[in-house]
Amino acid sequence: MIDNGLPEGWELVVGLEVHVELATKTKLFSGSPNRFGDEPNTNIDPVTLGLPGALPVLNQHAVELAMRIGLALNCTVKPSTFHRKNYFYPDLSKAYQITQYDEPLNVDGFLMLPGGVRIGVERAHMEEDTGKSTHFGGAGGRIHGSEYSLIDFNRAGVPLVEIVSHPDVRTAEQARQYVNELRAILVAVGASDAKMEEGSMRCDANVSVRKYGAELGTRCEIKNVNSVRSLGKAIEYEARRQIDVLETGGTIRQETRHWDETDGRTHTLRAKVDANDYRYFLEPDLVMLAPDAEWVERVRAALPVLPAARRTNLAVLTGAEEDSEAVAVVVERGQDTYIEEVKNSGGDPGRALVWVQQSFAEEGNAPRLPAKDLAALTVLERDGKLTATQAKTVLGDMLEAGGGDPAAIAATKGFEALDTSVIEGFVDEGIAAQPDAWAKYCAGEEKAMGALVGTIMKLSKGKADGKVVTAILQQRRGS
Amino acid sequence: MSNFTSAISIAQNVASGAQSAASVVEEHLQRINQREEEVHAFNLVTSEEARERAGDLDARIARGENVGPLAGVPIALKDNMCTRGVPTTCSSKILEGWKPPYNATVVDKLFAAGAVFVGKTNLDEFAMGSSTENSAFGPTRNPLDTSRVPGGSSGGSAAAVAAGFAAVSLGSDTGGSIRQPAALCGVVGVKPTYGLVSRYGLVAFASSLDQIGPFSHSVADAALLTEIIAGHDPMDSTSIPKPAPSLVSVLGRGVEGMRIGRVADLPEGADADVLARLDAAFIALEKAGATIVDVKLPSLSYALTAYYLIAPAEASSNLARYDGVRYGNRVAANDMNTMYADTRAAGFGDEVKRRIMLGTYALSAGYYDAYYGKALKVRRLISDDFAAAYVNADVILTPTSPTVAFPFGAKTDDPLTMYLCDIFTIPTNLAGHPAMSVPFGTGQANMPVGVQILAPTLGEEAMFKVAAVLESAA
Repeated sequence: MIDNGLPEGWELVVGLEVHVELATKTKLFSGSPNRFGDEPNTNIDPVTLGLPGALPVLNQHAVELAMRIGLALNCTVKPSTFHRKNYFYPDLSKAYQITQYDEPLNVDGFLMLPGGVRIGVERAHMEEDTGKSTHFGGAGGRIHGSEYSLIDFNRAGVPLVEIVSHPDVRTAEQARQYVNELRAILVAVGASDAKMEEGSMRCDANVSVRKYGAELGTRCEIKNVNSVRSLGKAIEYEARRQIDVLETGGTIRQETRHWDETDGRTHTLRAKVDANDYRYFLEPDLVMLAPDAEWVERVRAALPVLPAARRTNLAVLTGAEEDSEAVAVVVERGQDTYIEEVKNSGGDPGRALVWVQQSFAEEGNAPRLPAKDLAALTVLERDGKLTATQAKTVLGDMLEAGGGDPAAIAATKGFEALDTSVIEGFVDEGIAAQPDAWAKYCAGEEKAMGALVGTIMKLSKGKADGKVVTAILQQRRGS
Repeated sequence: MSNFTSAISIAQNVASGAQSAASVVEEHLQRINQREEEVHAFNLVTSEEARERAGDLDARIARGENVGPLAGVPIALKDNMCTRGVPTTCSSKILEGWKPPYNATVVDKLFAAGAVFVGKTNLDEFAMGSSTENSAFGPTRNPLDTSRVPGGSSGGSAAAVAAGFAAVSLGSDTGGSIRQPAALCGVVGVKPTYGLVSRYGLVAFASSLDQIGPFSHSVADAALLTEIIAGHDPMDSTSIPKPAPSLVSVLGRGVEGMRIGRVADLPEGADADVLARLDAAFIALEKAGATIVDVKLPSLSYALTAYYLIAPAEASSNLARYDGVRYGNRVAANDMNTMYADTRAAGFGDEVKRRIMLGTYALSAGYYDAYYGKALKVRRLISDDFAAAYVNADVILTPTSPTVAFPFGAKTDDPLTMYLCDIFTIPTNLAGHPAMSVPFGTGQANMPVGVQILAPTLGEEAMFKVAAVLESAA
């Protein structure tokens, strides 16, 4: 039985709905720019504003990105239609949202979590985003009780894909892994920058609990989760809330709940009975979207290697664990191909992984430092010509200069390989200088080694390799 | 045939310099001055813009430029087509004063062809009606007898042509809104195949049914106008991706050997005078060498019911945007929902409210399958019936309207009697087919009767051939 952090006997059941903004140049149904952060109401046109007589025209590039998402999630691409979802709200300019309803573009896929758990993907469909309302005065940013509201229609009509999972997620950690992995895939296929903080990726969780083996419980939909961390916390809170209700004889009401980051709780937003009747019907201004097989295969063939496969490749290349943080981080940054180049330039891929993880956070997927230079550095290090500390200093200079010969930089800094015999001499001096520490160390007090190593390093002016010093000390003690 | 100069003649005269565009415009503005107060065809007469435009055209012609096939032709536009910087109201208080920042595609096409816009014509509010009595700005009167309605919803456009205020005009047809007023005002009216003419910039009533088309005195003018406004528009996803058809060139080819369908199970309700003219039309076509064949359209009797679910359902969604938030009139209130409710209560007339409620109901959870869903099935049956009929017939002839133009108030007490005006025109819209009304003599009170020619998808050529023969036999 899986550890879900819940009281004995309770199973957590979660399905996730993730909205991502597509990285298109223009909007889903008009030619206005799809750009975040511009002056309000500058990226608008008659279609975006829902002016009388304006008509939507589907953005072909958005369809292609949506197909990339579906295919990367192992979905089947099907002939699909658009519907109108009707409701009144000031930032919904037409008073309906154009969305795919009963015939979505992508269906029946799955996503494998890094640990090997398979999460089913029910559908990944296309829809348009709404404008953004901001309410001023009155009660806490809500429209009710506010003095006035401003609407920015720049976001209206931005293409979205909603990815709906099956309720296959069983722990909060799996939910976090799902979102992280999904984000990595979205970025890898170039469909979205998938930034939860900027709202280009938004996640709702359908949470329910049940006793193992029982029927599915009533679910609550959790909204306003703005980070992967919050997602985990919100699911954990909500599961415990539901268990508390059930264990004290209550029942769960199907409702939408709002995650409050400040108090770490979920609060009722609206009950199911109050839900809108959206009066969905086929959008008569658009025709069926049925990508032909040739187009689908072209998109499939052009998909890049996905993060999971890249992690496996990098682990094999570097000897690191597939689920290690170094592998995950480097693949996420897209720097795995760089490490491959370092290896092809004769470098040590294992050392390269360490340096890239530690020092290349700002570099992106095409680091400025030539791969051959990092390769040379890792060779010096592997051959004992530079200590790790020295190598780090040299790398710092190389990164700043955008390249360079590490051996030459090491020479100008007076970094040179110390023979073991020379280090032996420093060890002698160190023991002589710290007789008490040496006695304690010999008596089995491992902590005392720190003082000895520190003294010896100081005597060598940092040129001795700490690992070698430790080895000599251990050897002298006879352990 | 009327005694007004045709658009084709005007364009020839203006282009050749035989007559100036300015004098043509003045001639039409003078007629407007004389009779507009009585007829009320227009919501707005753009006389200054028209004069300026005519002067510009004359200057270009003087420089030897070819200004297009509609050189100097005065045209009226139904006031539900967007015109940049010129108010577009749909004869509704909710849009009163709204000026679109863009032109409908048809407006750009007419302008490029050298036309001169003389005004925006009155209509039943948001094109919902059959008499133009539902306009928020007062009814239009039939120029042939001002005690009678001009039909609707494009009553203003039909009246403008019939009264000689414009040589030709554009209307929109969702369930008969071009053909029925054309019949009642004694002019030609065409509803092209759905998707032949771009809907971009036409304020939507029922998106899957709406289609723009021309009014004119002659079949040839209607053919020319249809050619000019037709053709693929990338701004309208439902626009047919084909070039505009050539229609003027088919006129005069006759109907020799054509098969003209007579509906054996035609729904009842047409007056005897109207049916008499239909019979005369069959005889005229037979004389011209066509064969009359009987066709059956059994699902036709359900068309009206299906239409009054589908059109209001789409309208309820299309008209939801008039919420007072971004444009048009707003009734201020202390909270959002009250503002919505008060704005829409004050801004919409009774017929529009009636249809929004009908449509909202038809789409509601729990009722969708019984109403909207079933109506879609009927729509498919009607298309199937037509497909079967067109195996044996090239075109089908029916009455356009069951009656001649009726007096004001005759049908306003019971919406259902008004809805029956469109019993012969609605099936075409449900099938997406083309149809047109051609004047063919007179009936009661010496008022005109129109004969309707129906054709299959993109069957405009056959339709216009038949229309030309009927015109010369009328």
